[in-house]
Amino acid sequence: MSRVARRRGLRVLGYVASVTVVLALWQYLSGRAIIPLLFPSPISTWKVGWGLAAKGQLGADAWASLGRILAGFVLGSALGVVGGMFMGSFRPVRLFFEPYVQFLRFLPALAWIPAVMLWLGTGERAKITLLAYTTVFIVALNTMVGVTRVPRNQVRAARSFGASRWQIFCLVTIPATVGYMLTGMRLAMGNCFMTVVAAELVASDTGLGYLIFSSRQWMQTELAFVGIFVLGMMGLVADQIFRAATGKLLWRYESSLGHSRQ
Amino acid sequence: MAYITFGGVDFRYGLDDPLIIRNFNLELERGELFTLVGPSGCGKTTVLHMLAGFESPSAGVLQVDARPVRGPQRDRIVIFQEPDSLYPWLTGLENVEFPLRVMGVPRAERRSRAEEALRLVGLHGHGEKHPGHLSGGMKQRIQLARALVLDAPVLLMDEPFAALDAQTRQILQEELVQIAARTQRTILFITHDIQEAIFLADRIGVMTAGPEATLKTIVDVPLPRPRMRGSAAFGLLYEEINQVLSVEVRRVLRREDSLL
Repeated sequence: MSRVARRRGLRVLGYVASVTVVLALWQYLSGRAIIPLLFPSPISTWKVGWGLAAKGQLGADAWASLGRILAGFVLGSALGVVGGMFMGSFRPVRLFFEPYVQFLRFLPALAWIPAVMLWLGTGERAKITLLAYTTVFIVALNTMVGVTRVPRNQVRAARSFGASRWQIFCLVTIPATVGYMLTGMRLAMGNCFMTVVAAELVASDTGLGYLIFSSRQWMQTELAFVGIFVLGMMGLVADQIFRAATGKLLWRYESSLGHSRQ
Repeated sequence: MAYITFGGVDFRYGLDDPLIIRNFNLELERGELFTLVGPSGCGKTTVLHMLAGFESPSAGVLQVDARPVRGPQRDRIVIFQEPDSLYPWLTGLENVEFPLRVMGVPRAERRSRAEEALRLVGLHGHGEKHPGHLSGGMKQRIQLARALVLDAPVLLMDEPFAALDAQTRQILQEELVQIAARTQRTILFITHDIQEAIFLADRIGVMTAGPEATLKTIVDVPLPRPRMRGSAAFGLLYEEINQVLSVEVRRVLRREDSLL
């Protein structure tokens, strides 16, 4: 076995050991030191989750949340990339929009829920809007920074070769900014998974956020745990997929982040 | 009339800023390899950037082939000290093809011309790697190939070998002399390394310390090629230039001392 493979094996083993120990301890303590009603054991959580999955409800909720996340993420990313490109390329555009972007990026989607409900009602549109909101600024700001950090000599060289402004934009600025866009999108995806719970507070009857909140009514803490677990796993997997899908791209474009590897 | 003319060129960034270059005069002949040495920070790069069209003179005449310089153009290609002008998302070959792509040259012709340029700099068969996977010396060769592929008559080299290790630097110096002889380019080469200047140049210009820097003197290098770095004539020339230059470097050091 190569050293790299062995190290990776050891790492996975470490993760598995950690999870096993914590689950075992949790199971042991529940019913002894902690009240199961407030903090259900892993096994009872699993049973409730399994029952929910068998009925198809868990899958439906997960699917509903994922669909909203995806829609909001794609919409927000598209707007963010285009907006960031404009802000990075044209100083007046940047000066005009920057105060709002810098202001709004500190306001969580949660704060907008009442207003968005009044404007857009309680349907899918409102939820997707909130998710797009949580995506757009971070992608726009990253893209804008990327545009302003295109190495000067890359642009100078292109000008020497006789490139038009449009050619410089397409052949230099956009590719040189890809790394920044992807970084912004990855951060935004994390935001989406956090925000979806809040978005599904808006008069929803599907989704993992709904599942988590509705559990409170009947003191079904297991249900909340199931929702949390599935949402966390989905986030983890989505992040891994995003990294795997963009890893090769990012590697190629990463050395455009201002430094070069010798 | 000379091929490239700097006539009484001044340079300052803004109207109220101090003069960085003052009354700079230089004439270069077609096919000449001219090196410019001077204390660091004196404005060598500014002179090169004006000729490249990245900066405009504040006063004076700057002409190439009897036409005033207005902005960057394909006939004058810069080889930068840092390899950050290469496009890391493109392979070495695609980087060399880039200028042709901008010009709209068809793909097949682009490829064959880029491969030819890579052969000229000794990188044939290494074109598939991305700049991130190339050594510093190879990256500078890619920059050189990217300039050669355009058949630009003027190459502007801004300390292109300064960041390389001594052995690689010598090899690239030797290759540059050969390429220059074979392709008949006019080359303005900036360096702070006197040995490099003597090894490469037909003539060497020594600049004064800035601000208000200008050309102090021009030294002819009458040594036959290939030049022997250890020869007596090489050493004498080294001393001559070193004396002129160290006066200027000392001026810079004195000023820095007085600022402390």
